[in-house]
Amino acid sequence: MVRAEGVHKSFGRLEVLKGITLVVARGAVVCIIGPSGSGKSTFLRCVNHLEKIDSGRLWVDGKLVGYRQVGDKLYEQRDAEICRDRAEIGMVFQRFNLFGHMTALENVIEAPIRVKKVPKRHAVGQGRELLARVGLGDKLDNYPAQLSGGQQQRVAIARALAMTPKLMLFDEPTSALDPELVGEVLEVMKSLAFDFNTTMLVVTHEMGFAREAADRVLMMDDGRIIEEGTPEHFFREPSEDRTRQFLSAIL
Amino acid sequence: MAAADSVEPVRPEEIKAIPVRHPGRWVAAAIVLFVGVALGKSVATNTRFQWGVVRQYLFTHQILHGILVTVELTVLAMTIGIALGTVLAVMRLSPNPLVSGSSWLYIWFFRGTPVLVQILFWYNIAALYPRLSLGIPFGPQFIHFSANTLIKTFVAGVLALGLNEGAYMAEIVRAGMISVEEGQTDAAQSLGMTRLLTMRRIVLPQAMRVIIPPTGNETISMLKTTSLVSVIALAPPELLGSVQDVYDRTYQVIPLLLVASIWYLVITTVLTIGQYYLERYFGRGATRELPETPLQRFRRNLRLRPEYE
Repeated sequence: MVRAEGVHKSFGRLEVLKGITLVVARGAVVCIIGPSGSGKSTFLRCVNHLEKIDSGRLWVDGKLVGYRQVGDKLYEQRDAEICRDRAEIGMVFQRFNLFGHMTALENVIEAPIRVKKVPKRHAVGQGRELLARVGLGDKLDNYPAQLSGGQQQRVAIARALAMTPKLMLFDEPTSALDPELVGEVLEVMKSLAFDFNTTMLVVTHEMGFAREAADRVLMMDDGRIIEEGTPEHFFREPSEDRTRQFLSAIL
Repeated sequence: MAAADSVEPVRPEEIKAIPVRHPGRWVAAAIVLFVGVALGKSVATNTRFQWGVVRQYLFTHQILHGILVTVELTVLAMTIGIALGTVLAVMRLSPNPLVSGSSWLYIWFFRGTPVLVQILFWYNIAALYPRLSLGIPFGPQFIHFSANTLIKTFVAGVLALGLNEGAYMAEIVRAGMISVEEGQTDAAQSLGMTRLLTMRRIVLPQAMRVIIPPTGNETISMLKTTSLVSVIALAPPELLGSVQDVYDRTYQVIPLLLVASIWYLVITTVLTIGQYYLERYFGRGATRELPETPLQRFRRNLRLRPEYE
């Protein structure tokens, strides 16, 4: 579903990604862990083309991200093409980023109606269903400011799911939450992984979630993937010192 | 301990303390009251206010028509100002330096010269460009106009006020757009929304909360600035021009200026009320609960009263 080959990205002089190569299979759940500033979030944003990569190649579902290849020449995609590709990838942010002037339901139905041109009645039905699925069937008409962090993040997940994405990206979805609210968001994510077999790329520090739901865990440090393996491998015998040091700090 | 738990804890008696005295407040209140009474007495008894003349002219056809022209000028100038300001703000945030630079230049020029000078400029535009034409620079011209017929005094007034306002509105709109978190744009784009859709559906509606209050301010200010147009002798004149026309004949300067002031106050009051409801509408979602309307507050007070008795 996602394939990266030697992806590099710099912000000015600061090189954030120094050659990322990875493959995420369809239906797989891959967790990316690592210290802050290691480039995890940037990589996730590159997959959605919210950031442009400088070198290397990135594919989602077999299609090059941000470019069209004709022969051996690369053409930048037009805005409309970028938008079409993005519509198929759901993204959940650390700070929720719910649209503040819209109710929970309006947040969920906005993109289906405006981008996918789904008839409003149909979108509303689907939106109610999705919000019920994340346990917020009674909060349809609440504005984000009236919801707790955990509830907001669940609305954000429903909003992303409303576009029936092929791939879900989670950028530290529980890092901005009070500890007691983390569980409800992780439950929704687990249900996506187990019941709906969604392909998920999750940047997280929740090792409990990684252990239960992840097929594979990647450890990033300083713009590189330094270790890769099953969750069990990371709990039992991480091979790199840096990984061991990081895990002992967060566990 | 177990016994103590089962007993209802006794509520300590209510605090009865002697309140702090504020003699300063009493002195201040006395001064305010004294000044108020003195002012009120002078306004009521000084015959030179000529309240009778004020009453006589307040609703005359000429004055009411002046109000109409003032309101027209305000609405048209603000419409131009808001539309132009939004375009300039978007241009100012453009990554193209020529586009953002020209927006900067416009704001620099129109904000940097007095609006009265701009009004006189537009009034005298025929002296600068006697003929206006539509065509390609250095190339063929398609349509010609005489500047004097195209730009009449009313148009000159509207143009001067509107183009000047555009410069101020540009900064207000830009501030509003910057105030919307970048995460909102990220989220909208990640859902596949185009730049334009993101701007129209996500950024601008949320920017409105920041844009509305200063825009209301600008509208009220514009209403009064339209009086400057009286220098180019609009026909028919706006409010200040209308009262000037009257007192040029009757020499009743003070009562007629009072007539104008009363009407300016009435319209700005109406605008202030409109602004309150507009702010309330665009504030939805920003606070947990919408602020009550004055009417709702009044009703609530009526309902609550019996409980306190």
